Amino acid sequence: MSTVLLIFYILSAVTLATAFLTIYTKNPIHSAIYLVICMVSIMGHYLLFNAQFLALVQLIVYAGAIMVLFLFTLMLMNLNKEDEVHKPRMTRYAAIIVFIVLSAVLVYVFTDTKPIMGEYDYTGEDFQSIKTLGKVLLNEYMVPFEFASILLLAAMLGVVLVSKKEKDAN
Amino acid sequence: MENILNHIGIENYIFLSVILFCIGVFGVLYRRNAIIVFMSIEIMLNAVNLLFVAFSTYHQDAEGQVFVFFSMAVAAAEVAVGLAILVAIFRNIGSIDIANLKNLKG
Repeated sequence: MSTVLLIFYILSAVTLATAFLTIYTKNPIHSAIYLVICMVSIMGHYLLFNAQFLALVQLIVYAGAIMVLFLFTLMLMNLNKEDEVHKPRMTRYAAIIVFIVLSAVLVYVFTDTKPIMGEYDYTGEDFQSIKTLGKVLLNEYMVPFEFASILLLAAMLGVVLVSKKEKDAN
Repeated sequence: MENILNHIGIENYIFLSVILFCIGVFGVLYRRNAIIVFMSIEIMLNAVNLLFVAFSTYHQDAEGQVFVFFSMAVAAAEVAVGLAILVAIFRNIGSIDIANLKNLKG
């Protein structure tokens, strides 16, 4: 077994285990911390692909900004006590059955597609350095890039508007 | 420089993404805390992003990575708005248990 494959298996185990623990842990703060580890391990996968730009963005946006937002909201709501009522037993069993069946069906489907995919050939062309990606982003995808900024501005305004305290509520 | 997919194989990434996505679905169905449901949605989005990058490497095409970039921007906006809505709900109802959100029930 090559070293790269070993790294892949370890990273995948970390990703899947922390993703599962995110859902399984009762304390929401622990969930958020497990999710941070999950995001960082996915960044490790991006680094394995040599996708530097996305690895950095994953670390900054997901593991940094989004998870800080989650933790901030959790602390704002003071939900770190472990008194969440569980769903009814039937619903939980149904969720587990759905998980098993969905995984089995999807894995079976993708196992069957394997012969269709050809061998991987590598031409050595540079397609994912930050320089190349920046050129693609600002030439072909200029308009969507600008729309993304408008989307973020609208989201920012919406967040301020929604979470503002209404003075004359009662 | 040789590429990573010669060592690992695209099908391993497909299975990893599929199982990660299913864990996300499981979280949405299993938990009642709305914030955990949001985290599960993030897990699903990350699974899809990972597969996008895998196939971008497989086809040696930058466009998959550009799409992941946009999907991350939309995810950031979605999380911000969603958490603001949850804060507003918490202020009005006093809990974020999704079983308590029955105001639209006739």
